[in-house]
Amino acid sequence: MRIKWLENPKVDFMGRRRIAYMVSSVLVIIGLVSLLLRLTPLGAFVGIRQTWSIDFTGGRLVQVNVDATIDEVRSATLKMGIKAEIQNIGAAKEFLIKYKEEVEPDSLVRGLENTIGKPVRLDRAEHVGPKIGAELREKAIILTVVGLLVILFYIWLRFDILFGFAATLALFHDVIITWGLHSLLGFETDMTVIAALLTLIGYSINDSIVVADRVREYLGRFRLLGLSPEQLMNVFNDAINSTLSRTVITSFTTFVVVVSLLLFGGPVLFNFAFILTVGVLVGTYSSIFIVASFVLDWRLRGSKKAS
Amino acid sequence: MSGKYLWRLGVIATVFLGGVYLLMPTYRLLTMGEEEKEKMDRQTLFSLKKRALNLGLDIQGGMYIVLSVDKEKVKNPEHLKDAADRVVEVIRNRVDQLGVFEPVIQKVGEDRVIVQLPGVVSKERARNIIGKTALLEFKLLADEKVFADFLRSVDEVLGGGVEGISDTLKGGPFTRYLVGYEGDVAVPEEYWDEVDSILNLPEVKKLVPVGYEVLWGRTVQTPDGKKLRKLFLVQKRTPLTGANLVDARATLGQQQMAGQPVVHISFDRTGAVIFARLTGENVGKRLAIVLDGVVQSAPRIQERIPTGNAQITGIPTLQEAQDLAAILRAGALPVPVKIEEERIVGPSLGADSIRRGMLSLAVAFVLVILFMVFYYRVAGVIAVFALLANLVLVLDVMAMLNATLTMPGMAGLILTVGMAVDANVLIFERIREELRKGKSFRTALEVGYANATRTILDANITTLLTAIVLMFLGVGPIRGFAIVLTIGIIVNLITSIVMTRWIFGYLIEDRKMQYVPI
Repeated sequence: MRIKWLENPKVDFMGRRRIAYMVSSVLVIIGLVSLLLRLTPLGAFVGIRQTWSIDFTGGRLVQVNVDATIDEVRSATLKMGIKAEIQNIGAAKEFLIKYKEEVEPDSLVRGLENTIGKPVRLDRAEHVGPKIGAELREKAIILTVVGLLVILFYIWLRFDILFGFAATLALFHDVIITWGLHSLLGFETDMTVIAALLTLIGYSINDSIVVADRVREYLGRFRLLGLSPEQLMNVFNDAINSTLSRTVITSFTTFVVVVSLLLFGGPVLFNFAFILTVGVLVGTYSSIFIVASFVLDWRLRGSKKAS
Repeated sequence: MSGKYLWRLGVIATVFLGGVYLLMPTYRLLTMGEEEKEKMDRQTLFSLKKRALNLGLDIQGGMYIVLSVDKEKVKNPEHLKDAADRVVEVIRNRVDQLGVFEPVIQKVGEDRVIVQLPGVVSKERARNIIGKTALLEFKLLADEKVFADFLRSVDEVLGGGVEGISDTLKGGPFTRYLVGYEGDVAVPEEYWDEVDSILNLPEVKKLVPVGYEVLWGRTVQTPDGKKLRKLFLVQKRTPLTGANLVDARATLGQQQMAGQPVVHISFDRTGAVIFARLTGENVGKRLAIVLDGVVQSAPRIQERIPTGNAQITGIPTLQEAQDLAAILRAGALPVPVKIEEERIVGPSLGADSIRRGMLSLAVAFVLVILFMVFYYRVAGVIAVFALLANLVLVLDVMAMLNATLTMPGMAGLILTVGMAVDANVLIFERIREELRKGKSFRTALEVGYANATRTILDANITTLLTAIVLMFLGVGPIRGFAIVLTIGIIVNLITSIVMTRWIFGYLIEDRKMQYVPI
């Protein structure tokens, strides 16, 4: 007995590509707006909380464990003359305190202890000087540019121009939606997020390759025949369906893995897990609905012109 | 029972079991409590740590500090040459004396130094050792009368009723913050800020006699537990510095100093000559020993000291005396440095992180195992074994390369698990496809592996490219992730393609199985 789930599916993916285009456009626009507001001076100008982490802006971050409410912690820092951004993370007693003032973590802890009257445990302290912040910003940009170039080079090596263009489109689609959602929810963009986004790009490209390879393989069989638009669409659907079990199973297992990271990995791994969890979903979706759809539409337009 | 695949099975078993054995020290260290570690003798613990996988600061707790040469404070451009290299050297010497296991001290770029101190428990102590420039200076103290006049003039400038004060220091707007301690002027802890701000007032600064400056003393604890810092008026001129020092040793004092920590210092020949003249010309006066602008002690010069040996007293604990001696011996930082970046992870957060990392790894692993075995049967079991081997070998390779496992590294490990599953799913799906076409299992196996390998390579190469970029261009946390991912991908190609193929080969060639449930 073999489990035959997904053995011979016949899903009309391409027939639904118009809906997918609409969904993608809406998501990309939301993503772009969110990135614009959260991470550019424009957002700061209209008073939206910015979500660059201290990695890039410089400043101080202190994580403490104390049996108190967030309001108690807030008023205690205010009393010390610190205008801090305070966040309750993970367990109820853990607080992230973000500030710019030149106050050493040790004195912050002492100050909190004095005001709150309970023991305060210093769990993490980070201090990024303005110089390093600027440098990390620069490094992140270089990292992204070089990472993208390397991957684009690989795409160029591996695909023809049409598929390459479609895969690049899908790549931007995935990053904008995932990163946009992450910032929309108010999570911070730190160096790990940049790394996670690059990992996501690798994953998304890999998924696109599997689908594109199969589409090309099936198209090759019909190279000499003039295909009608319906036939062309069928070839695409067949190709996608034949890789569907693989796509679903690997996406599912990867998804399980990153979700467990998201649920149990704790605050340190949260950003990373979040980007990959959303990214796996968006990346799988885009291989079918962006890469394949785009190539199909291009071909359809070409065959219309020819006839 | 012999066959052409049996020895391969032997290779797999040896590699796997060997890999597991190599991880034993890591496992022991991870499961050992802090108390147990405390009890263990240092030598055994170090050798255990040596054989175990290095854990990052975010897992075991510790400090990460980026220092840079403070160019603005360096007056002589000559001193900037190789300054960072010399800072590295000095800090390494100091840290070595601290007994930190596997510290990382390296120069980055032109004028940066990165210091990583894993598992350093006492943050303040470590920060003192690193941050201190250890500029040792000897300065003559002003006469008591000059100092008293100065204090009184501060009172006058600040205004308010100076009620007939002669030489008792009480009641003035400034002097009311002061107390007498061991014949010196001292400030109780609660007034440190006030006194400091008064001393920094421009009108008060003008009162300091020409050629003199006010310096704070070190923090001292009175018998009744109060904290005090003395105030001194010293000559600005520095006849002698630590540059002429050749040795410094901490001991417990003898005779009248019995039981008190003392640091013995000895000067080189030039230093000894200067010291002899300095002491000879100023018998009866007091000489302040100033470290990084803080007066450590100010003994009275009893007689000319021709030997070039002196003592620093007034240090509360032997530990501190030893630290001071270590700093002096290692030398002063050649240039002032400032802290550019600092990341501290407390040990409890680290422990929490590793627990969570392990938990998510375990959950992911169990779910994936269940799915694979349920969906792919015997083939699934083979894939799961490959997965286990992958994990074990990645950790082994890391231990061998002396790489460090960080929390982002854990994420990389978990992603590797995902990639490894992906590879086997690709192979198995392809085999199933061929079986559907009615091919024999043996043929389906051949074709499945042949066809899937190309796709697997594709998938792994794209990820490998990203990982390599991250490894070379990334900073701190990202690099940890990239290293694990890179090793993971390379190991993955071996475990999920070669290893599983060998096991299948053993089953159908050596054991003559016609079909392996897939």
